[in-house]
Amino acid sequence: MVKPTRVTNSIRAIREAAGMTQADLARRIGVTRQTLIAIEQGRYSPTLELAFQISRVFAVGLDDVFQYPEEG
Amino acid sequence: MVYQERNIWSSLVVSVIGMIVYVIVTLQVADGGPLTDVDWVPIMLWTIGLSIVGAILVSITWGIFAGMLDPEGVGKSDQRDTDIAQMGGRVGQAFLVIAGLGVILLCAYEADWFWIANTMYFGFAISTIVGGIASVIAYRRGLV
Repeated sequence: MVKPTRVTNSIRAIREAAGMTQADLARRIGVTRQTLIAIEQGRYSPTLELAFQISRVFAVGLDDVFQYPEEG
Repeated sequence: MVYQERNIWSSLVVSVIGMIVYVIVTLQVADGGPLTDVDWVPIMLWTIGLSIVGAILVSITWGIFAGMLDPEGVGKSDQRDTDIAQMGGRVGQAFLVIAGLGVILLCAYEADWFWIANTMYFGFAISTIVGGIASVIAYRRGLV
């Protein structure tokens, strides 16, 4: 059983607002489209490096793209 | 489906078929007699050889058709593929360790070579199959 991650992300919303397709973003950050889909759907936690690359493409902070719930 | 996932599926399907064929052929050759009388060496070597060749051929053929549909995805892999391959390897490795321990025990008790060789063969086969299943699940359900 895969333990679900508590990290969520807004990649899809930001990407669509920027008028970018999944294929475009995947190419920019150097991953396959399937990997980007998995990240957007929360089925794969990207490495820190990849997370920075994604936020840099959109020119926003890491916290704007990825969210982690407060404790308690 | 990405390049690495296709390879895992190819290996998984061929390994399962290979193992089933090996068991059927061995039982047929034994013909109800003791399994230790079976000349297992050629059967096992042919099974292993054909499984390797079969997995490569299935992967290449599948890759050609997949490449026609998505030319950009040919041969591409990334960090997620590496992570999933490592996880699948770890899961499968447990069965190799079990088989290795089994072989040591069988040697200690001077078991027939048939049982020693087959314990190792099934260790390899089950390791590949279980590791493959774990990898496919990770591709489909997620790896977080």
